Amino acid sequence: MSRQSMRANDPKKVSGELFTLTYGSLIAQLLKDYENVDDVNRQLERMGYNIGMRLIEDFLARANPGRCYDLRDTADKIQQAFKLYLGVSPSIGSWSPGGDEFSVVLETNPMAEFVELPDHCLGLRYSNILAGVIRGACEMVQLEVMAWFIADQLKGDNVTEIRVKFVKRLEDAIPAGED
Amino acid sequence: MSGSKQRPSILDKSLSRGKTEVSLTAYALLFSEMVQYSHNRVTSVNELHNKLSELGQRVGVRMVELLFVRERNYKRETKLLNILLFVKGTLWKSLFGKEADKLDRATDDERIYYLIEKEPLVNRFISVPRDKSSINCAAFIAGIIESVLNATGFPAKVTALWHKGTTFMVKFDDTVLTRDKQLEGR
Repeated sequence: MSRQSMRANDPKKVSGELFTLTYGSLIAQLLKDYENVDDVNRQLERMGYNIGMRLIEDFLARANPGRCYDLRDTADKIQQAFKLYLGVSPSIGSWSPGGDEFSVVLETNPMAEFVELPDHCLGLRYSNILAGVIRGACEMVQLEVMAWFIADQLKGDNVTEIRVKFVKRLEDAIPAGED
Repeated sequence: MSGSKQRPSILDKSLSRGKTEVSLTAYALLFSEMVQYSHNRVTSVNELHNKLSELGQRVGVRMVELLFVRERNYKRETKLLNILLFVKGTLWKSLFGKEADKLDRATDDERIYYLIEKEPLVNRFISVPRDKSSINCAAFIAGIIESVLNATGFPAKVTALWHKGTTFMVKFDDTVLTRDKQLEGR
């Protein structure tokens, strides 16, 4: 007989497979629409940015994380958010000597299950949406950061690694613009 | 692992058991971006539905592969009613954690079935503008159902309607009914 998955049916959760496949379908659509991996990477970052700007509200309300006093705080909270939203615990490491840059290292990447990059898509940063999410969310708490992928399991690396670099603190007076 | 940058083949990994979960917020925001993206590239409600359905179809074909290997021991369905029950039960449970609310057959046309879901996941956070009240983002799920039926050999057209919540109207191709009748005798 069939082996049904006994999910606890938490209304705040959805199936990881639905999420992964939905994201995969979006990527396929973008590749079809743009026909150029660089444009797809950019579009993914932009979508992530939009998501991040809204996600931070939910995070602040749900996790009540308090204020970040330094970048190490921020890194901890990014780690916490990954756990809350994607159900994975990345490790934080590789701090730069100046303390303004760190890596978020994922052993498993829930965005990329069932995924294999074909040869003509090696330039594609498949999970680039995550970099956008980090940037958008940080911007809403007055932190300008840059985030980019430096390692990706889909390209044969052992782990997936996102590098985050602090750029500057944003002043209250500047309203955060739409994209 | 050796240091060589050999990309791992997906077939080397064991099949996921389908227990992973992500937050509903993450899914809702991702889906919302997809709707907005699609919305920006179309000019009519119909086109939007087609776009969303297309996005769903790519999810559907993959679910067929996954579920028949994992849950059904590689055995596909051949009977019309069974495949509909598969959609209502197994497929719905793996995607949404519950069975679909109801399965009905149209009284006037034997090719048409209705699958009723009061509150589909993807519509929970979508507010429909009043001047375009026919928009239904469940077109995405309609696309999933359609591709599942097509991939299992039951060509059909699936549309999402606002009726008792959301209803998916499944209209099978004539060939499906003819074949099903032939099978009945055995």
